[in-house]
Amino acid sequence: MIIKDVLCPFCGCLCDDLAVEVENNKVVDVKHACKIGASKIMGHDRIKAPMMRDDKNGEFREVSYDEAINESAKILANSKRPLLYGWASGVCEMMKKGVLLNEEVGGIIDNTASVCHGPSALGVHEKGLPTGTLGQFANRSDLVVFWGCNPVQAHPRHMSRYSVFNKGFFTAKGRKSRKVVVFDVRKTDTAEMADEYVQVNPGEDYLVISALRAVVADKADVVPDSVGGVPKEKLVELGEAMKGAKYGMVYFGMGLTQSRGKYKNIDNAVSLITELNAHGKHSILPMRGHYNVTGFGQVCAWETGFANAVDMSRGIPYYNPGETCSNDLLMREEIDAAMVIAGDAGAHFPAQSIARMGKVPVIQVDPFHNPTTEMANIVIPTKVSGVELEGTAYRMDAVSLRMRKLVDVDFPSDEEVLDKIIAKIREIKGASS
Amino acid sequence: MNLNATFISGRTVNQGCNLENKTSKAYFDAAAYCEMNSGDASSLGVEPGNNVKVTTDHGSVVVPMAICDGNPDGLVFIPMGPWANAVVDPDTKGCGMPGFKGIPAVVEPTDEKAPTMPELMARLK
Repeated sequence: MIIKDVLCPFCGCLCDDLAVEVENNKVVDVKHACKIGASKIMGHDRIKAPMMRDDKNGEFREVSYDEAINESAKILANSKRPLLYGWASGVCEMMKKGVLLNEEVGGIIDNTASVCHGPSALGVHEKGLPTGTLGQFANRSDLVVFWGCNPVQAHPRHMSRYSVFNKGFFTAKGRKSRKVVVFDVRKTDTAEMADEYVQVNPGEDYLVISALRAVVADKADVVPDSVGGVPKEKLVELGEAMKGAKYGMVYFGMGLTQSRGKYKNIDNAVSLITELNAHGKHSILPMRGHYNVTGFGQVCAWETGFANAVDMSRGIPYYNPGETCSNDLLMREEIDAAMVIAGDAGAHFPAQSIARMGKVPVIQVDPFHNPTTEMANIVIPTKVSGVELEGTAYRMDAVSLRMRKLVDVDFPSDEEVLDKIIAKIREIKGASS
Repeated sequence: MNLNATFISGRTVNQGCNLENKTSKAYFDAAAYCEMNSGDASSLGVEPGNNVKVTTDHGSVVVPMAICDGNPDGLVFIPMGPWANAVVDPDTKGCGMPGFKGIPAVVEPTDEKAPTMPELMARLK
């Protein structure tokens, strides 16, 4: 059986044109996906049953779901400062339960944006976000800038579906309809395919953006001969090209959010786009990583008022990145228990942060054995959302789409596990009050 | 001789393909290497596949060297993952985001073995 129009549960492109062949309830072939999406949908060895251990250096023993869930509930109910981290590889329905669990335990809920586009949210708080949808960009943009992102490696079908090679209403000639510029600290595979590669010194993106803003404001006379490793004449040429575009588009990634300046880089880039809108139409979009990391921001914002790093210890939502993000809490050694769900802190946090997880009880809810498993005391395997479970996800441009179920499995969903943990916590807290 | 470098990390296709396969040899091959350009590799006297030790103020890690001539002189890259995490800066500078890019590093040839993922994690507990 071939299932058409399948959505890909890997990156924020959320490609929705896959064809997946299923035989005897097993995925046997994936068509139209990129290498990463196909690999994800074809599947990997998974954790077979819930597991527990007291000593993190000891062997796991298999336990029942009830035992693992009850023990997890006890840990979270008795914790004074639990961190609930991950969430991006799940559907919105489980995220809603995550926010509820966080209310129950008075903990901190934080998602993978903390080590991804968290600073972009801060930049948006400062300056807003002149943006649109990938459909608009695909049909309109004649100048495409990739700044500190490398879609060839990280979002492999972005350039063919939305930004570079696709033909659109006002971009009928596809690639020839667009000028493509890449700003990066090294000549990436994306830079190899661009019309212009602009090499920026590491950590000096802010300066280059400021120089472009000066050119756009007709103040090129104040720009020094070279800024951030980019010659002035190149900056003037690019600034004028941006002003001359009918629809300019800037896509940005970790090259801006993780390097020096962090959220200030985004703040400055948004200002550049706002100013360019006096000359033509211009938009900017973060290249979101996990397929539903955008969805967590949406769910958490409509439930609590904030997109991530929400501390409920006061009984009301409190948000202060730099204080309530996962790595801040771990480095201050405040956390006394952690649940890692639909994300892998063990693989993507600095070693010194993860070391704190080595000292406190860690509950992992995930289909796969990964570095977080190495740090865990309790492991609860669940369904793979978008392959074994349907649900809602938000594409990188915040368009919501419905993920499809392709095969049936016996594992519970994240939502079912969260429901049971919440019920058990209420039971424990009810008995003690 | 040592190489004074700037360290960055980031996504690659192969690292992405093995995100749910992190106990495998394929994940090790996809995430445990350090890229630098040919000139920097020659100055260190290392060939692709030879191990190098990358040291920053925050830690050190041994991984095989790989060539990427898109890197400017003195820029080294390890894909995001446990090997990169051993040397990144945990300080979020007050905005929640650790320093995963732009970290001063020293790279040197070494005969030491590259740790496996479980060996790296075992150091942290």
